[in-house]
Amino acid sequence: MKILVTVKEVAAVDDEFELDGLAVDDRYVTYDLNEWDEYAVETAVQIREAGDDVEVVAVTIGDADAEETVRQVLAKGADRAIRVWDDALAEAGLLDPATKARVLAAVADDEDPDLVLTGVQSADDGFGATGVTLAERIGFEWAAVVCSLDLDREAGVAHVHRELEGGVEELTDVELPAVLTIQTGINEPRYASLRGIRQAQSKELAERSLSDLGLAAEDVASPLEQTDLYEPETGGDATVFEGSAEATAAELASALREKGVGQ
Amino acid sequence: MTVLAVAEHRRGELREVSLELLTVARQLADDIEGEVHAAVVGGPVKAYAERLNREGVDTVHTIAEGEEFNHDVYTQAVAQLTEAVDPAVLVMPNSVNGLDYAPAVAGRLDRPLVTDVVDLSYDDELTATRELYGSKVETTIDVHADRAAVTVRPAEWPAAEGTGDATVEAFEVDIDDAAVRSTVTGFEEVGGGDVDITDADVLVSVGRGIGEEENLDIVYDLAEALGATVSASRPLIDNGWLPKDRQVGQSGKVVTPDVYIAIGISGAVQHVAGMKGSDIIVAINDDPNAPIFDIADYGIVDDLFEVVPALTEQFE
Repeated sequence: MKILVTVKEVAAVDDEFELDGLAVDDRYVTYDLNEWDEYAVETAVQIREAGDDVEVVAVTIGDADAEETVRQVLAKGADRAIRVWDDALAEAGLLDPATKARVLAAVADDEDPDLVLTGVQSADDGFGATGVTLAERIGFEWAAVVCSLDLDREAGVAHVHRELEGGVEELTDVELPAVLTIQTGINEPRYASLRGIRQAQSKELAERSLSDLGLAAEDVASPLEQTDLYEPETGGDATVFEGSAEATAAELASALREKGVGQ
Repeated sequence: MTVLAVAEHRRGELREVSLELLTVARQLADDIEGEVHAAVVGGPVKAYAERLNREGVDTVHTIAEGEEFNHDVYTQAVAQLTEAVDPAVLVMPNSVNGLDYAPAVAGRLDRPLVTDVVDLSYDDELTATRELYGSKVETTIDVHADRAAVTVRPAEWPAAEGTGDATVEAFEVDIDDAAVRSTVTGFEEVGGGDVDITDADVLVSVGRGIGEEENLDIVYDLAEALGATVSASRPLIDNGWLPKDRQVGQSGKVVTPDVYIAIGISGAVQHVAGMKGSDIIVAINDDPNAPIFDIADYGIVDDLFEVVPALTEQFE
């Protein structure tokens, strides 16, 4: 069985930042493995540990700087990784879910996985749609926002719980091959061990260009164009207490007492 | 030209977001001087259609296929209806189920999809506003296509009101059963604990800013001094520090206490969706730019490890 896990290095913006055109100035940005993808990786590695003949392949779309993040995924137990990048992707502008799905579909065609796991969404642009878009493209079944997974490999069925709004879970059986988008909390992602980090250095991290995947620059031309970026106006009119912790706590306490709290 | 909005329902109830989509659709239809079409798939569609017949809605399409949401059925049904109606914009909810079929419909019809949209306009082409980096910035996206699809963030638009005079039409779809490869087998309520946070008058709610599980003691101390109940945002539930039924937010419980004290909670949109109906919101956070302050009535920008014990002392 082969599991393809899509991972992404995401950007986190500092509390204070400046904009630089259509991006946040890089001085205020730090990069890390997408939180949702950590749970997807853990799900894949746990399936491999529970069964024989399972290979976990991580794939990312990202420039050379993303290699460190992908090595983290290898250190956590993925067997090998693929990083897709080239000049055409660098110049492609907004990599929306459809664009990413075209690239990931080409990788899936090469790899022929039985199961694809993705995070529900990425922490930076939060489209939340790449997994299902990919499933539709490659003709796989799918389930979005999976918070529990019981894989019956023999029957070729994934028994999943999907986390709906309002504290309700939907129980669904999904035929394999499938794409599952994994919600945080489904498991407890491991830290990479020192041994894992050492081993990751010798694992394969293959680079692929669009042409390696049989794609051309026009395949990543998105109809979506980002035209503006700005800080939203804050609509807040909170009474903010200032001073020492004792002083602000006292003021808040008196405001709350007026509302009948703590009496 | 038309705008088509697809309603959402669960366990016999039309969800509120369905009526919000009608407002979005009317707004876009006004931009293009077009009609608003609504659709509902599955369940008691006639009853749902009555509720969807709001002011400004021209046609409601009912598709009687199945009782509950099944994404394989929805994908086929919505794609077929979209081809028949040919709307300039297909509007779907940015809900868990919306994200389980909207990308498939958009992909199948080769329509560009913009998700989690918080504002929209149409002037020759669609322009959508989204948030990035946990709501720290907003971005505007132009969709260079004459047909588009969007998913709309719940609770960003008011629900459509009034009673309309829409035509209600049954739409026959041709479902390919071989392509239905998922089966919904049931529903389960999470939690099962002894405390119902939706009943509490005062909630002391704690988020990622608390850092470590053992630090929760200061929160429990405050709750005890106030006679309040402790709830939490998602990361703490994911860590297993509190049971699932203590989670406030879109995927947790929606709470409306008299007072909601958010401690170390930044105020991500998913969390806010669960607590913004509280009468009084108090935020304690060391980041002055945390979005929670945008909806708070009272705020303290300071280290929670100093403020919370000081506040406890005030009530002991």
